[in-house]
Amino acid sequence: MSSTAETAEHVMPARHYLNDNYGIRSWLLTKDHKRIAMLYLISITVFFFIGGIFAALIRLHLLTPGGELFSKDVYNKLFTMHGVNMIFFFLVPSVPAVLGNFVIPLMVGAKDLAFPKINLLSWYIYIIGGTFSLIAMVSGGVDTGWTFYTPLSSGFLHTNVITMVVGVIFAGFSSIFTGLNFIVTVHRMRAPGLTWGRLPLMVWSNYATSIIMILATPVLAITLILLGLERGFHIGIFDPKLGGDPVLFQHMFWFYSHPAVYIMILPGMGVISEIIPCFSRKRIFGYSFVAFSSIAIAVFGFVVWAHHMFVAGISVYSAMVFSLLSYAVAIPSAVKVFNWTATMYKGSVSMDTPMLYAMGFIGLFTIGGLTGLFLAALGLDIHIHDTYFVIAHFHFIMVGGMVMAYLGGVHYWWPKMTGRLYPEAAAKLAAIVTFIGFNLTFFPQFILGYMGMPRRYAMYSPEFQVLNVLSSAGASILAVGFILPGIYLLWSLKYGPVAGPNPWRATGLEWQTTSPPPTHNFHQTPVVTQDAYHYGAGEEVTVVP
Amino acid sequence: MAGQVDALYLFLVLISTFFSLLIAICIIYFAIRYRKTAGHSAEQIHGSTLLEIVWTVIPLGISMVIFVWGAWLYFHLERPPAHALEIYGEAKQWMWKFQYPAGQREINSLHVPTGQPVKVTLISDDVIHSFFVPAFRVKQDVLPNRYRMVWFEATTPGTYHLFCSQYCGTNHSAMIGEVTVMKPEDFAAWLESGKAEGSLASMGEKMFQQYGCTTCHRPDSGARGPNLEGLFGRPVRLQDNRVVLADENYIRESILDPNAKIVNGFQPIMPTFRGVINEDQMVQIVAYIKSMSQQTGEPLNNRSTPGQIRDTEVPNVQQQMQQDNQKQKPTGKQP
Repeated sequence: MSSTAETAEHVMPARHYLNDNYGIRSWLLTKDHKRIAMLYLISITVFFFIGGIFAALIRLHLLTPGGELFSKDVYNKLFTMHGVNMIFFFLVPSVPAVLGNFVIPLMVGAKDLAFPKINLLSWYIYIIGGTFSLIAMVSGGVDTGWTFYTPLSSGFLHTNVITMVVGVIFAGFSSIFTGLNFIVTVHRMRAPGLTWGRLPLMVWSNYATSIIMILATPVLAITLILLGLERGFHIGIFDPKLGGDPVLFQHMFWFYSHPAVYIMILPGMGVISEIIPCFSRKRIFGYSFVAFSSIAIAVFGFVVWAHHMFVAGISVYSAMVFSLLSYAVAIPSAVKVFNWTATMYKGSVSMDTPMLYAMGFIGLFTIGGLTGLFLAALGLDIHIHDTYFVIAHFHFIMVGGMVMAYLGGVHYWWPKMTGRLYPEAAAKLAAIVTFIGFNLTFFPQFILGYMGMPRRYAMYSPEFQVLNVLSSAGASILAVGFILPGIYLLWSLKYGPVAGPNPWRATGLEWQTTSPPPTHNFHQTPVVTQDAYHYGAGEEVTVVP
Repeated sequence: MAGQVDALYLFLVLISTFFSLLIAICIIYFAIRYRKTAGHSAEQIHGSTLLEIVWTVIPLGISMVIFVWGAWLYFHLERPPAHALEIYGEAKQWMWKFQYPAGQREINSLHVPTGQPVKVTLISDDVIHSFFVPAFRVKQDVLPNRYRMVWFEATTPGTYHLFCSQYCGTNHSAMIGEVTVMKPEDFAAWLESGKAEGSLASMGEKMFQQYGCTTCHRPDSGARGPNLEGLFGRPVRLQDNRVVLADENYIRESILDPNAKIVNGFQPIMPTFRGVINEDQMVQIVAYIKSMSQQTGEPLNNRSTPGQIRDTEVPNVQQQMQQDNQKQKPTGKQP
């Protein structure tokens, strides 16, 4: 049992969204945002473990410099499919489509998202995209790298590029629909009294994410369609032999894919902004600065894409502009980190599992962010670009940041989603194992990168072996950290103690209804009279069961 | 340059360590000092505009220092000195080929002297590759449609890794080579021992005759094409009044896509040589056109090259390259 959880015995509510009706139809045709969130939870977990298996095989292969385990072609497919799976089918939908889908209508006091059918459609589109990607994987795989750089992808490789690209385009549309839904919901469906200045930061960050999803994702679709046209019909766009320009592809690809980094991390920042005040029993420090830094990140995130191209032959002057803007986008992230840390100051801190993940997030995200400064420094990027330094940097953001935030969020809202608490001791153990395994896996890669080991190498020079073995050892620990929650969360569905409506004594509207919530979320439309995170005196919340 | 890149790296490591430790210590200290205990409750603090300004401005200031430092290094790395030794490199799936001004050729191996800047002009025959020598802290993507330059000055004799760092297909991780750094006298001896059938410029001149370039590109006033003497490194006014610099990329483009940039006062009558001239020959023609500027007093880089060996006969290096070409057919379809 958690130290924060109330000790009184709770009983499950008689009717809730999970038992309102039964049968496969009631799930596959549901328009309930909570059920759709559960559908997403199951599907992205499947893709997470598929991507994880690829990662495990990569680390196994890299134990020896000669790369004896797999052929080079197989290795190239492994890292490609690991990247595509994790980015487009796990990270992008993770927090928004699972946690955001579940809690945002609850947080704004609404009965559902603005367009429930579009919400269901987004899941089906995601599944179609995922199916294409699975077909591409089982029918021979893809070896373009997740970046699909031309002219390699458009004219030189014989693998299932088009199938995979179609899958990614579908996944993109599913996130556009999710973003559209969030924006309209936040604008139009807030409960009485819930002004913009009172919105939970989870809502702010998902709102900022939705703006990026809507504006950037179409560019990805266009880029990949052009790639398909060149590959399928030899229409010269990117391949110089057909009169195209390969660097154009990089501009278009990163115009989406850099903002996509913020699609992946911003919702995670929202989760952290919920967890830290709750487990510090304190208002968030500098609410408006944290809220507006999300918007600043969303805006600046659109004008830094060419920092992926400092060695691709862009002009020195445009490189300078993009470097400068990259530092500008780093500042709002730093502001968030400082505010989270300050929130703990003079709090009443309890180290429950979500808080452990949040603290891990802050530390790892800080390192990930700071190493971004290395890569944005033009003269230094020349050396570390496309080495393991980059790999380590973005895994610190994506795994150390986003996956930690996602797991923190899953634990935080698990009682709300299922009505039951997970076993706290096992969960704490998993959080600590994940943290240790993560650092052991990825920290050595910074050093490997500075030593000069290029990324996407199926075999490497022997002097890199020691650090690679360390990294692989870490990965095996990390795997345990990821498998554990899969086990005890499933266990808790049946055997977990009943959570009650508000086990963390948190302030958001989502805690003012039963756990699990009824199909229409609230028996009475809530009225908001206070700012978000009104912890402290008078923080006890009355619950209308 | 390696030392200066490392200095910036160390500076960043110090900054990062400081801030990471600052945040980590604060979090751990707060978590213990303010842990939940009976009788203790949180003190509500809304925020502090002063603190927000402080922790916006200080990181901004530090990052501006990093930005200026990094940009200064980048400018340095992007501007090869005028007296650099010029080497031409070609990347293809999955090998590196280098040509020296005097005509020597190498595969997956690059010899350079200490104490002299070396400029490598790079082009790819197929997909994007990247020229990466970790020891020199240099990297440059090698594009299939235009020349890119990379330069470095080696200080310590030895052999160093040459990696392809841009993923380029099946044998990406095997597209590696060795950079051998030699003392200047050893390098001169190595160049002497290298067999070449003629300097790049002289081979380019032959090509220039062979393809009939001289029919139009003549020094007299009635010529149908611009006079190429003294062209290299000069600004050229185009028909649409734009002014472009006549550099390697301009010459390459004008040969492959003659109508892209029409020189003011001339007709677009030149045929394309796309598919006729390969990248090796292109480098030779470019070297010849460069050498035509040399005679007009234009400073030309490769004039200071040590060991200009001309017309040494022994073509076995080229034969070996042809064999290699046949062996290393790209697996992909070539549109």
